Amino acid sequence: MSEATLQVRPRPAGFLRDMLTIAGRALRAASREPDVLFVSLIVPPFFFAVNVGALERTAAFVGIDDFRAFQLPVAVLFAVTGVSRAVALVTDITSGYFDRLLASPVNRAALLLGLMASDFVVVIALTALVMLMGLIVGVELATGLVGAAGFLLLGGLWGLAFTGFPYAIALRTGSPTAVNLIFLLFLPLVFLTTAFAPKEALSGWMSTAADFNPVTYVLAGLRDLIGTGWTREVLRAVAAIGGVGGVSFGLALLALRGRVRRG
Amino acid sequence: MSAIRTEKLTRHFGEKVAVDGIDLSVQPGEIYGFLGPNGAGKTTTIRMLVTLLAPTSGDGWVMGHSVRQDPGAVRLRIGVALQQAALDGQQTGAEFLRLQGRLYGLSSSEIDRRLADLRELVDIGGDFDKRIKTYSGGMKRRMDLAAALVHQPSVLFLDEPTTGLDPVNRRKVWEEIRRLNGEFGITILLTTQYLEEADQLAGRVGIISEGKLVIEGTPSELKRGIGTDLVIVKLHEESTALHAASHLRTLDGVERVESHGREVTVATAAGPRLVSRLALALDEIGLAVDELTIRTPTLDDVFLEATGNRLHAENGGGSAQ
Repeated sequence: MSEATLQVRPRPAGFLRDMLTIAGRALRAASREPDVLFVSLIVPPFFFAVNVGALERTAAFVGIDDFRAFQLPVAVLFAVTGVSRAVALVTDITSGYFDRLLASPVNRAALLLGLMASDFVVVIALTALVMLMGLIVGVELATGLVGAAGFLLLGGLWGLAFTGFPYAIALRTGSPTAVNLIFLLFLPLVFLTTAFAPKEALSGWMSTAADFNPVTYVLAGLRDLIGTGWTREVLRAVAAIGGVGGVSFGLALLALRGRVRRG
Repeated sequence: MSAIRTEKLTRHFGEKVAVDGIDLSVQPGEIYGFLGPNGAGKTTTIRMLVTLLAPTSGDGWVMGHSVRQDPGAVRLRIGVALQQAALDGQQTGAEFLRLQGRLYGLSSSEIDRRLADLRELVDIGGDFDKRIKTYSGGMKRRMDLAAALVHQPSVLFLDEPTTGLDPVNRRKVWEEIRRLNGEFGITILLTTQYLEEADQLAGRVGIISEGKLVIEGTPSELKRGIGTDLVIVKLHEESTALHAASHLRTLDGVERVESHGREVTVATAAGPRLVSRLALALDEIGLAVDELTIRTPTLDDVFLEATGNRLHAENGGGSAQ
């Protein structure tokens, strides 16, 4: 360093700038680790193709006219549920980088919300890819361009709402193995729903489970945006997402508080 | 005003007392070395001073700001390089430092200026724009140091800055620490388990053992306190050490005698003249000697005197002769 170095004045950057800085880093890293998104890119078209191939002809028996349109929201859930930088956060914790961040004046909430903001961008992009796949195989959107934007937003908001769970586990345990156990939550949430048949076709405990499963309402909202229009189901989907998001963000923020507490 | 000050700084982990009432005062522009073995409480002390850990009792102040009451103000004034180089392998060196600058609220032009300065410090040529995961251990350590300096801190905390580095890279880091202190007046508190590092770098050294600051002073003061010369006698049998020590205390010119295991250390102002008399005295009482050496005191001798144990036997670090 030269002796003529001019002084700089460190100061708190503020919540928004901190959040954008953290989000920018996460997006840059995500673009450099495409393998992390590999499952999200491969699983949805695979299940979509398998489900459509196996069940399309029998779908009419349970009252489904367009099984491809019926399955497209399921593919969105497969694509976006559980997508997060939680494993990268664990790496930051174990490598000591998280401590470096904590020793800086960064806003503590921005450390988490910045990661979630980058996740939102990623899940919107994944939802768009799934939607594009649907359009290619002949699914039509009854609500047009605005509905397509609503579909993207709803898919993205669901993905965002779910991210709190893996972050809560990451911050609480600092263990990548524990983060990967998130599929134990993912499986019942995605499968104990109307993923493969409408509510009326479900029986017994499965029907009851679907009633209590918020994902049922998210699927219904997404399906209406494709086939029917702006119905009350869309509002119910937003409410279900809000409920899940409230719980998951609450857990994640509590875990963050525990992690940054100096005690 | 002290750059760093602590009063009865204490930290418990459950029943264990990791740091036990440390009082410390480091003046602006000083390099202060915290010397001690693993588990002595060095890192816990640093983690409290850099606001990562709250004290159980007592307090610390950095540039007049309390780590307990005003951690935000402390964070703006310190740079931290912890034991493990805390980097992000997916980013390039430039991206990493730019991000660090943004977290300290620096404007784009300020960050550009600092990156130009730090490029020289990191000294990694064209690799500045390569991903950090491709860097060697020495490059990573220098990048870690650069990240601690982006915002031009007044006080730099370095937790074992050269642990794991080869001798060449260790010396490079030493040179940089001296330069940061000499040219820019940055106050530096460094922890180390390497005697030579403390001896070479620190203006003052504090020896920490079992969470307590047992002695502090300049390296030369501490060594002078032990004696001008030391004659080390290694006896053939440990059981004879106490007998040997009490006999050697009676000789003229002997200032102090300590025994640890089968080693008896004799402090004296006239080592070369005393050696032959020591050998004869031990022979007279029939004690077999395996080895007899004379040398000037080291910080390891200070450590031994202060704690009853040798430091270098525990960590393999080089001892200053």
